[in-house]
Amino acid sequence: MSDKDPARLKPNRPKLTLHVPEPAFRPGDTPDFSSINIPAAGSAPRPDTSAAADDTHPLTTHLVRVLGEDHKAVGPWDPKLDPDTLRKMLRDMVTVRVFDDRMYRAQRQGKTSFYMKSTGEEAIAVAAAAALDREDMHFPTYRQQGLLISRGYPLVDMMCQIYSNKGDKLLGRQLPVMYSDKAHGFFSISGNLETQFPQAVGWAMASAIKGDSRIAMGWTGEGATAEGDFHAALTFATVYNAPVILAIVNNQWAISSFSGIAGGEKATFAQRAKGYGIAGLRVDGNDALAVYAAVNWAAERARSNNGPTLVEFFTYRAEGHSTSDDPSGYRPSNEAKAWPLGDPIERLRAHLVALGEWDEERHATLQEETSAEVRGAQREAEKKGTLHSASIDFPQDVRTMFNDVYEEMPWHLKEQQQEMVDELEAKRRWPS
Amino acid sequence: MAVMNMIQALNSAHDVMMERDENVVVMGEDVGYFGGVFRVTEGLQKKYGTSRVFDTPIAENGIVATAIGMAAYGLRPVAEIQFADYIYPAYDQIVSEAARLRYRTAGEWHVPMVIRSPYGGGIFGGQTHSQSTEALFAHVAGVKTVIPSTPYDAKGLLIAAIEDNDPVLFFEPKRIYNGPFDGFFDRPLTPWAKHPAAEVPEAYYKIPIGQAAVVREGEEVTILAYGTMVHVTLATVRELGIDAEVIDLRTIVPLDVETIERSVQKTGRCVVVHEATRTNGFGAELSALVQERCFFHLEAPVQRATGFDTPYPHSLEWAYFPGPVRIGTAIKKAMEA
Repeated sequence: MSDKDPARLKPNRPKLTLHVPEPAFRPGDTPDFSSINIPAAGSAPRPDTSAAADDTHPLTTHLVRVLGEDHKAVGPWDPKLDPDTLRKMLRDMVTVRVFDDRMYRAQRQGKTSFYMKSTGEEAIAVAAAAALDREDMHFPTYRQQGLLISRGYPLVDMMCQIYSNKGDKLLGRQLPVMYSDKAHGFFSISGNLETQFPQAVGWAMASAIKGDSRIAMGWTGEGATAEGDFHAALTFATVYNAPVILAIVNNQWAISSFSGIAGGEKATFAQRAKGYGIAGLRVDGNDALAVYAAVNWAAERARSNNGPTLVEFFTYRAEGHSTSDDPSGYRPSNEAKAWPLGDPIERLRAHLVALGEWDEERHATLQEETSAEVRGAQREAEKKGTLHSASIDFPQDVRTMFNDVYEEMPWHLKEQQQEMVDELEAKRRWPS
Repeated sequence: MAVMNMIQALNSAHDVMMERDENVVVMGEDVGYFGGVFRVTEGLQKKYGTSRVFDTPIAENGIVATAIGMAAYGLRPVAEIQFADYIYPAYDQIVSEAARLRYRTAGEWHVPMVIRSPYGGGIFGGQTHSQSTEALFAHVAGVKTVIPSTPYDAKGLLIAAIEDNDPVLFFEPKRIYNGPFDGFFDRPLTPWAKHPAAEVPEAYYKIPIGQAAVVREGEEVTILAYGTMVHVTLATVRELGIDAEVIDLRTIVPLDVETIERSVQKTGRCVVVHEATRTNGFGAELSALVQERCFFHLEAPVQRATGFDTPYPHSLEWAYFPGPVRIGTAIKKAMEA
């Protein structure tokens, strides 16, 4: 050791060590989530929607849950939805799962480049869509396809986007699942994470500037809360008391990094709210009624100028991050089954059965109907083509590549457009 | 008509547009009650209220992100980034979001937003208040980049930028906010009042984005410049007694390439001037374009007079700044060959 060795400079001090968080279980381990505290359904108090932000903060370490072990709705957060609304949510959730399965398979069959499922998280987007008005604007991530499905966006149009085919209104410019539809209150998805969280706040600020009554809902996963844009979103939201709901879908995994890598070991994500002085809720994301109730609460708060709410939906990403991911490389394969909050579809189904408003036969019919609907949509979409990645027989007019960079095409893009047309011509004749 | 310096002209542009279009909102650090550190937004909050002119937290990413959200809603936000040197936290929002929203939604959404920012050196601002960042944005498809050089142009271009339906980066040469600095730092500054382009209409008018101005006609050499460098170039040419054609680009994307071509084809010689660092600066693009389009008219290699490839050094500012001697040397090289 030289005199310059840092350990010798202050020999009486302990050596510093770096803490790198590790998930409790890795492949080969038997997952055991008994250490996760799951408060009983109905045990969380429900503050008034105009309560001081501080009064909500005990809820950031609690868990708002409505559906009990006996499948009955219980406690002050019970949104008391009528059976038709519950059945509509169940249908939408089942449709999302069937849709995900079909599109996952389509990717495996080489019909598109990429797909992302939301298995296990269906309740969150579907119930959030049900709890807001059609006119409210969502700034989603890539795992909220349930918003579009709940709002009745045509499945064929979603599939055409996934296939980047002739029917794709985004003209094949976006990666599959990066939908956009203004009419359905669904802002264009960006693949850069967290950028849209503060954009949602800006949209909500604009609504307030104009004296409108519409609100915005921003979405993020727990992993991307580490981005600086998260901090900007919460700062601007609290400074301007923006009418916005900021949702963190904590599905435990950001590709292969567990939530501890995003800072989830020492505090819940909902607890971030406290430092900004905004309302915070932590919600069982696999409980459709709890999700509905929480979004409804936050919406009422925002609409009455009581400000933003940060909501953490506690859930589990039951499948890989995307078709490009294989979770068996970093977590036990049976973790999803061991997850203590159960399957959101099964829980809502059991609730409807417990109410006497649903039965096995009707559920089987629902499965058949949604499967037929998705299959039918897929047939329609495939008539307009699928993605052929190694071809220059493009589904779109290739000249459209240069449209919409600017409102009007400047000279340099016109020149490059012609260059591209000539180049493709030359390629067809190549090498002559 | 009134005599205005560039700050007053920019203030007037804001005022005119806020009066005409209630969707125009102004936001940024210190722009509200105080009126901005350079006073460009002075009086606007008092006149238009706090919900249309407001201070923001010190978070450039948040300023641009919320402005994008406002533009998506249907407003026309004008966001000030206090110094161009501070714009980097917003780079992701500008490059990945604002620039691409129209494209990635096939026109369903667009971002009619202006980001104003004072740029450039010559004010003893050190390395964090002196940078010229325009090339970083000129490289990005989907944003326009505008740089005025006079009060008259500043007002007309800013109005055009606010009315534009694409995101516009509007870089203001802060060295010439108060007078057309000619690069001779050891001589007294001329105020704008003595310059013809300080005559500014108080009402609405526009200068189209994408049009250069020939600010001096000449036969011997074409000099391309923008911002502060337009005035330094004109002074250099005057002192050297050269019959140069000086073109103020005013917009660098989209570029007015026709005006450049016409001039270089006439003179056969070209010098490119900017204050930003040389390597991969916008001068490299200009030089390439002139070479591609005017090669058979050129009688000498295209020369560049630029800042050096170092950070902006505080006390050594007048060794760094591309003043009359550096520009003059480049002109002579272009004319000797």
